[in-house]
Amino acid sequence: MSTNPSNESGARREPPAGERVADWADGRLGIYSLAKANMRKIFPDHWSFMLGEVCMYSFIIIILTGVYLTLFFHPSMNEVVYDGSYVPLQGQLMSEAFNSTMHISFEVRGGLLIRQIHHWAALIFLAGMFVHMMRVFFTGAFRKPREVNWLFGFLLFVLGMFTGFTGYSLPDDLLSGTGVRFMEGAILSVPIVGTYISMFLYGGEFPGHDFVARFYSIHILLLPGIMLGLMVAHLILVFYHKHTQFAGPGKTNNNVVGMPLLPVYMAKAGGFFFLVFGVIAAIAAIASINPIWGIGPYRADQVSTGAQPDWYMGFAEGLIRVMPGWEINLWGHTLVLGVFIPLVIFPLVLAAIAVYPFIESWVTGDKREHHILDRPRNAPTRTAFGVAWLTAYLVMLVGGGNDLWATHFHLSINAITWFVRITFFVGPVLAFIITKRICLGLQRRDRDKVLHGRESGIIKRLPHGEFIEVHEPLSQEQLHTLTAHEQYQPAEIGPLVDENGVERKLKGSQKLRAKLSTAYFGEENQIPKPTAEEYKEITSGHGHH
Amino acid sequence: MSSQDIPEENLPAEQESAAGEVADERNPFADPGLPPHEPRIQDIDERAAKRSERTVALLFTLSMLAAVGFIASYLAIPVDKSIYVFPLGHVSALNFALGLTLGVALFAIGAGAVHWARTLMSDVEVADERHPIEASPEVKAKVMADFRQGAKESAIGRRKLIRTTMFGALTVVPLSSLFLLGGLGPKPGTKLRHTAWRNGKLLVNMNTNQPMRPSDVAVGSLTFAKPEGLEEHDEEFQNEIAKAALMLVRLEPVDIKDKKELEWSHEGIVAYSKICTHVGCPISLYEQQTHHVLCPCHQSTFDLSDGARVIFGPAGHALPQLRIGVNADGYLEALGDFEEPVGPAFWERG
Repeated sequence: MSTNPSNESGARREPPAGERVADWADGRLGIYSLAKANMRKIFPDHWSFMLGEVCMYSFIIIILTGVYLTLFFHPSMNEVVYDGSYVPLQGQLMSEAFNSTMHISFEVRGGLLIRQIHHWAALIFLAGMFVHMMRVFFTGAFRKPREVNWLFGFLLFVLGMFTGFTGYSLPDDLLSGTGVRFMEGAILSVPIVGTYISMFLYGGEFPGHDFVARFYSIHILLLPGIMLGLMVAHLILVFYHKHTQFAGPGKTNNNVVGMPLLPVYMAKAGGFFFLVFGVIAAIAAIASINPIWGIGPYRADQVSTGAQPDWYMGFAEGLIRVMPGWEINLWGHTLVLGVFIPLVIFPLVLAAIAVYPFIESWVTGDKREHHILDRPRNAPTRTAFGVAWLTAYLVMLVGGGNDLWATHFHLSINAITWFVRITFFVGPVLAFIITKRICLGLQRRDRDKVLHGRESGIIKRLPHGEFIEVHEPLSQEQLHTLTAHEQYQPAEIGPLVDENGVERKLKGSQKLRAKLSTAYFGEENQIPKPTAEEYKEITSGHGHH
Repeated sequence: MSSQDIPEENLPAEQESAAGEVADERNPFADPGLPPHEPRIQDIDERAAKRSERTVALLFTLSMLAAVGFIASYLAIPVDKSIYVFPLGHVSALNFALGLTLGVALFAIGAGAVHWARTLMSDVEVADERHPIEASPEVKAKVMADFRQGAKESAIGRRKLIRTTMFGALTVVPLSSLFLLGGLGPKPGTKLRHTAWRNGKLLVNMNTNQPMRPSDVAVGSLTFAKPEGLEEHDEEFQNEIAKAALMLVRLEPVDIKDKKELEWSHEGIVAYSKICTHVGCPISLYEQQTHHVLCPCHQSTFDLSDGARVIFGPAGHALPQLRIGVNADGYLEALGDFEEPVGPAFWERG
């Protein structure tokens, strides 16, 4: 700077150190342009927008604690004799993986805490992603322009499941080893190539000597690497699209209303990281998780009762438990439908929710951008579909824990199995119908509120003796908020014959689309929101309700 | 599918009225615009603001204290010390102290920051304009023109030979990596069909590690056995036991309903594979009154008095039986390997 002659006169006051560092960085990284667009970026406020943050923060916590664990963990299946400080297992044969996990838990100071934070954070990460995904689904935040980000998020959820599975398999304990064996059995059921995949995955017969080392590189490098990339892309798109917001006074599809990143969201979101981390650390202090010392090392001929996977795998576990044991033997080959069908349904159920945004945009034919969130009641068919999907998922979670349901509630396992089998098909249909009725009821209620005002709870007696409840008119803000949502008209297919009486050629897809559109937006499937005319007609009347 | 066949009028009208538009006399539902900012107590009362400041500072101080507590716990508490904490029971003192102090240290930072943001930072709502994600037609036209220019200059469309061979090379070369994956494991061959059992191999009790006489198997008991010569310390022990694990029960010969089962048994002692035919969990629960065994993983239940057929659960076929007898010294021995593959079914099983 001192070499710049034009600066001499004006450079009496040196800029502060922070500014000089920023200048240096701007000359190389262009940070001022970046900050101009983002430093005062506006974020809208709603509690449900924190769910995604929970996921992001727990992911960061998992990475931090995971790196620490790699410093002590030995991903090896070599058998060693335990001589650590936990007396009940002394002298037992176990893999180095199990031995080093015991070492982390009993000899490394703070090792158990980091292990438990890692595992708890993983459970919370998956639960957070699930709930965040439901938030995005039920408010229609997946609509254009956010379909791709929905898919990124979905992939994060699926990869998170497999990262979790490979992670809890690493200690090579009796419980997780049983899960790995279950995976082998499931892979063997794949027609034609099943035995090959199994041999290639395990480096030979189960359990072999390789799977811990292989799962290790998948768990600490391959999957988290992909997930980190996806998460960065997910966040870049959130920034680029700007956040969605609920309808309200001053909030339109063309703006975003809230408070600026600096300082409010820097403090709130930054502080929230510490809140999440603090809560997880406290959970890890008081609630033990995966106590492998009580489970013991894996032996292929041993098992414990009540074997359960981590919760996010429970849905797949349910499918495999309630499926009838169908096997078809033909021409010297076996088709293991009892295992293979659940293996196929598992990704299909997940895919159903993943592709939903594309189905909905096809039905509506809407190509515009949507930044105003729907209240779930205002999209009854979507909401009903989401609840139906959740029902199927939860029913299978029940199926996955059928033994625990049986022992804890003194139920017959046979009855539970049949309940799950039937409810898996019937439950979603009932949930769909009931949810839709509830949504329509709530829409009617909103309509009443707009047209007749809010119930005040005040009973008035009229001169001629009639009792009425006084309804208070809503404020302009409330009126606007309750009527701001859009309503589609069902897509019409047009006359089936043209003006000359010749039958029009209609593609099957067109007919299907018209049908779906009616199911979404037909007369019985949404309550028309009140119009200004209806409102005026009623409010200009003389005090009747 | 395009939206061409949906008439424009069926789409809802574009969102009308930007923020702050004056309420329309004819539209009672018009957007009244952003509501005016309502000041908080901290905005008007400096004493309240001071209180908030002290609260935030207290939280940050608490965080520092907890961090000091964390360090002190780390240094002072022995790693193997156990304490009783109500209602958790006996827990590791170090884990409990480290976790709680770390939890408080972190939580207090977060709580302080959030309280600061909520009470002292401006809570005036601001509106930012959105801009369409799509590029303007001019930008798009420019990009398309640039692309065409670039493609033309590369001559990829004109020189088809180059294009075809390039795509060919890019397709064939990755195939070579598939072959690298071939080294991940051996071919299945007949590995899943054979176990360590052979004709004449003694049945060794899994618990006592001793060969068994028929008198060692009591009625109503469940005994686990392995083939003689297979020791825990063997390199391939896990792989072998994963297939060879055996369970023995003694039934009254008259209770055995299956003819083959009776033939393959010895004095009512029957030997079945312990590995479930569903997905391979070891079966470990025996109900002696009914002679049912249950797999604790997915509840497949087999009737050991009737050829171990499946009577409940997701398993697809019966447990394989091992033919047993006694040798000249009176010890139980196998009379061959299992005649069908043990464990989960697979494509080549037949």
